[in-house]
Amino acid sequence: MSDPMRIRAQAQGDKVTVRVLVSHEMESGQRRDAAGKIIPAWFIQSISAVYDGKTVMSAQWGPAVSKNPFLQFSFKGGKAGDKISISWVDNHGDKRTDEAVIS
Amino acid sequence: MKWSLWGLVLLGALPMAATAQKSTAEGIAEYRAMLADGNPAELFEARGEDLWKQARGPKKASLQACDLGKGPGVVKGAFVELPRFFPDTQRVQDLESRLLTCMETLQGISAAETAKTPFGQGEQKTLEGLVAWISAESRDMRFNLPQSHPQEKLAYEVGKRLFYLRGGPYDFACASCHGEDGKRVRLQDLPNLTKNPGAGNGFGAWPAYRVSSGELWSMQRRLNDCYRQQRFPYPGFASDATIALGVYMGVNGKDGASIAPALKR
Repeated sequence: MSDPMRIRAQAQGDKVTVRVLVSHEMESGQRRDAAGKIIPAWFIQSISAVYDGKTVMSAQWGPAVSKNPFLQFSFKGGKAGDKISISWVDNHGDKRTDEAVIS
Repeated sequence: MKWSLWGLVLLGALPMAATAQKSTAEGIAEYRAMLADGNPAELFEARGEDLWKQARGPKKASLQACDLGKGPGVVKGAFVELPRFFPDTQRVQDLESRLLTCMETLQGISAAETAKTPFGQGEQKTLEGLVAWISAESRDMRFNLPQSHPQEKLAYEVGKRLFYLRGGPYDFACASCHGEDGKRVRLQDLPNLTKNPGAGNGFGAWPAYRVSSGELWSMQRRLNDCYRQQRFPYPGFASDATIALGVYMGVNGKDGASIAPALKR
């Protein structure tokens, strides 16, 4: 079970700045455990943001992204009071989607 | 003639060098400011708030009746008055040891078992979330540890002696690094914990999220690692010795503002 993301979205003029804190191990697959065995890679492969039915941001991530990553982006045309949803899929096929209201 | 000319050239170059090159402390402060906006400690805070309210353990109870010193269930402002003396346990307790007591009495989760659990596993993971949330509820409030009970005064004196106790293969004490102004370990500036502002800044920054390890460290874990760095034996989790050190630092840091859970490199 994954923990919820912390999403903050703020509208200024017609630009919305979105800041997301994602809870994820983001294991690179390069590290070894105490017994010397490689810890299997486990990371978010794709992350996207949907506003008003349209994808406003999408990214492909790899094992070089840090644990509990922070993501910030902005897009045009968003309005305060509307919702933005962020979704990610990791290499285990686990998914998570969280929503936030733009302030 | 040649010397004085060089002198002039050097004097001219100095202010430029000073403006172009930031001190290490400034560099680290800038790095922290860049990350502060998305401090992953927030993720632990959210988890902690849920854990506080969730019915858990053999007794299937939440921690909402837990008395952190300001009455059952009062969380706001509790962190800046800990460690303190608790009449029910007849002990001076810090946040972590108090949570162990509450988890045992309310939820039936063994305090001794949790204290033995390695950091970052099992119920120790639960504590990470709880200390993050509870300390965040007192953010920006000023430290005001009670010192009226004789046990609290005793804990301060014990903490002070432990702080100056030299031992281990390196003949080290806490005071070796934290007893003077302007000391550092490699690039990391060390607070002088014997007085303010160092004590308030140092004590008031834990619990904290460590970016390098992606973990949330409580003050107990911080102290455990301090002792590792001194090559002392590991102190017991939530032991009287570590609590006494907490009292010593916290009382020295009186009126310092708590920024916990902070962000560390």
